[in-house]
Amino acid sequence: MKVAISSTGRDLNSMLDTRFGRCNYFIIYDVEKGFVKAMENRGQISGGGAGIAAAQQIMDEDIDMVITGSMGPNAFNLLRNSDIKVYQCKNIQVEKAIQMLKDGGLEELTQVGPAHAGIGMGSGKGFRGGR
Amino acid sequence: MNIAILSGKGGTGKTTVSTNLSLVTGSNYIDCDVEEPNGFIFLKPSQIASREVKMDYPLVDTNLCALCGACAKVCQFNALVRTKKKITLFEKLCHGCRACGLMCNHGALTFGKRVVGRIEEGTLWDIVCKRGILNVGELMAVPVIKELLTNLPEGVNLLDCSPGTSCNVVCSLQYADSAVLVTEPSLFGLHDLKMAVQLVRCFNLPLSVIINKYNREDDRIERYCQQENIRVLGVIPYDREVVRVYSSGKMVVQLPEYRERFEKIAKNLREVFPWN
Amino acid sequence: MELAVISGKGGTGKTTIALALAELAGNVVKADCDVDAPNLHLFYRGKDLVTQSFSGEKIAVVNKENCTACNKCGDVCQFYAIQNGEVNPFKCEGCGACVLVCPQKVISLRDEKTADVYVTETDKGIISRARMEIGSEGSGKLVTKLRDNAKKFAQENTLIIIDGSPGIGCSVIASVTGSDGVLIVTEPTQSGLEDLKRAAELCRHFGVLTLVCINKYDINEEISEKIEGYCIKNNVNLVGRIPYDDMVVKAINNLQPIIYFENSKANQAIRQMWHKICLYLNSFGK
Repeated sequence: MKVAISSTGRDLNSMLDTRFGRCNYFIIYDVEKGFVKAMENRGQISGGGAGIAAAQQIMDEDIDMVITGSMGPNAFNLLRNSDIKVYQCKNIQVEKAIQMLKDGGLEELTQVGPAHAGIGMGSGKGFRGGR
Repeated sequence: MNIAILSGKGGTGKTTVSTNLSLVTGSNYIDCDVEEPNGFIFLKPSQIASREVKMDYPLVDTNLCALCGACAKVCQFNALVRTKKKITLFEKLCHGCRACGLMCNHGALTFGKRVVGRIEEGTLWDIVCKRGILNVGELMAVPVIKELLTNLPEGVNLLDCSPGTSCNVVCSLQYADSAVLVTEPSLFGLHDLKMAVQLVRCFNLPLSVIINKYNREDDRIERYCQQENIRVLGVIPYDREVVRVYSSGKMVVQLPEYRERFEKIAKNLREVFPWN
Repeated sequence: MELAVISGKGGTGKTTIALALAELAGNVVKADCDVDAPNLHLFYRGKDLVTQSFSGEKIAVVNKENCTACNKCGDVCQFYAIQNGEVNPFKCEGCGACVLVCPQKVISLRDEKTADVYVTETDKGIISRARMEIGSEGSGKLVTKLRDNAKKFAQENTLIIIDGSPGIGCSVIASVTGSDGVLIVTEPTQSGLEDLKRAAELCRHFGVLTLVCINKYDINEEISEKIEGYCIKNNVNLVGRIPYDDMVVKAINNLQPIIYFENSKANQAIRQMWHKICLYLNSFGK
């Protein structure tokens, strides 16, 4: 089972980044085998739809679970419709977050923000074309 | 002839100036501030005809789609996502560029149209009043502005632009023959006027200035205009009476001394940008 | 904690109020996200700790040497931004369609610098701000960057005050999402009321705590009352009614926040409002 954790840094000692769409890195961890890799979040270089770009990246990596602080409705719906579970965690060290997940100490994120179809915003950004 | 009325800073009085100038000169009024169009509050045109503004968006035929994800990958705006089951579209992020269509080798992409706003047009006596309205939640004003400014009526059109100097204003300026900058004698006013002047000069448009909320003691705008060789068309003083009239949604030129001011400004405007 | 100050309509006094609140807050970092007209830093003398180049857009760039002017690019561009290998940077949206069709492969998408981003240290705290390149657009990406920079310099108890842009477009959306509360500054005019409605609807979309302040409320008490009525009906919290005060203009032109003018009625009203804002933020906070 592969877990992606939104992170401020590239290793397990780094602090968890509570943002999903605009976090710096995703740390990929295999529950059986351990640390897999850290990858730069494509969402953070996006003009808009950062949450969407981040979610696409997660789906491309065959991730089963995500640990993060919060996420917008677009990213959340994408992951949920792909049967990827999202767990909520505060900004503690990534390895502690993983341990909490293993111990069953993390709650699933079940709802984010108001349910509006096609808002087109992930974790809160816009892009050219606006004011 | 299209005259863009812009300001840099918000709230300097672009709409007050454009609507009242329109009334006094008989020019058409075009409200390009499609996110917050307020001009019709003052002019109150009648016989409004409304039509929708639509944008292209991709439609995926799930029977032909091979889920290769090439469309999602090429989209610069993160509007398309390839999930395990299908291609998902986030329509509000879609610019309508059709790059996705160019990439699809399975013939699965066609394009439909979706509504992003509307154009309303009416008249007040001889004046054509037109405005664009962007639907709340939509992120791109430019398609509505473009639709609004294509096929403008004959004669002189005053383009009441959005505040700021961003893409909405840049888009409007591309349809303008000249520019009038509305400013106010304050620190913010001058600071933002300078930015607006820089922008208008990128378009090589003749420009002039109107000083709204004028206060005789503060001459910073006049000094700047003199330094930069910019013509000041006139000043509109600031007093509670005019504020009261404006705040109730009424036309400022119903006050005689303001009517006179606007007529003077109109005369100077005609000298600077000659029109029939 | 982040408080975004927006206005819907321009010129309602948003920056003046954001400035006053920042002064009252004490431990504060200011993010000037009104990137098309950034004015906050004018009030402070400071030193730029960080200067970064920011790219918010891509545009098409053509290697003219090998261009055959076949105009396949022009045929495919939906924005009339390219013709025979000549790009109009004002119209180009950076979509890359022309890149895909060019038979000579002489077109590429390039990051275009759109702003300089600064973190400025002043004696009254940090200001995170940007200076746009002329003709460039502010964007949600830039606003997010400014908020991120502000967060980097904020500690546990620091309040981040975001001075947002006018309107309801993407820059405003990016100022609002993920914040702990939004203060909409409006004025008692028909335009102000219409724009307040749009701004409040925007905040509702994003499920953010929405507070409203009527600035210069006494220039038209009738409309002020209409605004109050709207707030009550729509579950939006009115936290302040600031009277019109000549001293405010003088204060601004002297580069001073109004809260240092003891006799100013606007000052007193803003202080009362700040008290209410704190109550709301604390009860909705983490």
